[in-house]
Amino acid sequence: MAKIKFTLNNKVVEIEESPTARLLDILRDKYDFVGVKEGCGEGECGACAVLINDKIVNSCIVPLGTVEGKSIVTIEGFSKTKRHEVLRESFEEEGAVQCGFCTPGMLIASESLLNTNPHPTDEEIKIGLSGNLCRCTGYNMIIKAVKSASKKGDGLW
Amino acid sequence: MEIFNYFKAQTIEEAYKKLNENPSNLIIGGGAWLRLSSKVVETAIDLIQIGLSQIVETESSFEIGASVTLREVEKNESLANLYSSIVNNGVHGIMGVALRNLVTVGGSIFGKYSFSDLITPLLAMNTEVEMYKGGRMPLEDFLKLRTREKDILLKIIIQKEEGLGYYYKMKKTGLDFAVINVAVTKLNSKFKIVVGARPSLATFAVKAMEYVNNQSKITPEVIEETAKIAVEELKFGTNSKASEEYRTELAQVYIRRGLKEVTNNEN
Repeated sequence: MAKIKFTLNNKVVEIEESPTARLLDILRDKYDFVGVKEGCGEGECGACAVLINDKIVNSCIVPLGTVEGKSIVTIEGFSKTKRHEVLRESFEEEGAVQCGFCTPGMLIASESLLNTNPHPTDEEIKIGLSGNLCRCTGYNMIIKAVKSASKKGDGLW
Repeated sequence: MEIFNYFKAQTIEEAYKKLNENPSNLIIGGGAWLRLSSKVVETAIDLIQIGLSQIVETESSFEIGASVTLREVEKNESLANLYSSIVNNGVHGIMGVALRNLVTVGGSIFGKYSFSDLITPLLAMNTEVEMYKGGRMPLEDFLKLRTREKDILLKIIIQKEEGLGYYYKMKKTGLDFAVINVAVTKLNSKFKIVVGARPSLATFAVKAMEYVNNQSKITPEVIEETAKIAVEELKFGTNSKASEEYRTELAQVYIRRGLKEVTNNEN
């Protein structure tokens, strides 16, 4: 066990836990951030995506010890922003949400993409979301939603 | 992977000592195999505080620290000037952005993964590795070391050579491992041909390289013959992804395409 201090959704937290615990489990079980989903559990599907120091990562394969001193944003933290509001509306309008399981990861991936590239092309959106699997939509509506958010939220990213 | 202890090293020497305290101790790279591997590890050693996460450009080379992520390699515009961006393109095809933000150069190379989309292009360039105790050696020699030394990979060094390059990863689905991957480079009229995911570790097609590098003119017949020699000398195998026969056919096609591409692009 070790004391690990980091920033979680803009709040400094400290936890005494095994440094080898998965970040995903800690976020869900200790902090109740259940918007972070477990899909494959192997770093392939992106349902567990969070931002660490503004970069998207799969929390299911991040050992807790490696987040010491870093800043983590989950979908719950991101949902308090204007950018999330624009993305959420675009996802709703374009029909980009069906079962919804992949949606938190898709929104985090969209935020990560738009942060570095506010006006992506279709191809760039596909690459940006390539680590996030959706088994319902066929992706077209998600790509449209990101494009729409990029236009509506011009200046936010 | 079952890990009993976690150790955040402050210096390389500290990490090295801890690594050698117990045969099951290991260095954590990006952590991508924590769930997929069934290894039992007494102590996992984290190098995060040691500062191996820089890409340093010198006059003659790029030095890439072991903790640099694949995403950082992919996005490095200066590296893209080497051999038609084959190293950037190689890592670009690995899973999604979130995984590439985690996976490190050190973990990818030290693991000597046979399906690696990083090792194949690096081998076709001019790449060395620097180990803490073992010092500097060509990547090729490092890959040939039979025993997994209890040493620490500090960085890789890529010589600044602006030759021509071709890299292709054949995969069945977008996020899958390579069925086969091929890199072909050309610098000062000398070709290098590397084939990985055979399914064994990437290696040079030595006889094919010798043949093509002794030709005065690269004709379609020479390209055809080179690809043929390469698949005759290299050993291919069968696994759940593809048969030996299929891999042999694929390798021949992609070597041919690679030779054509680096030859045509020069003209």
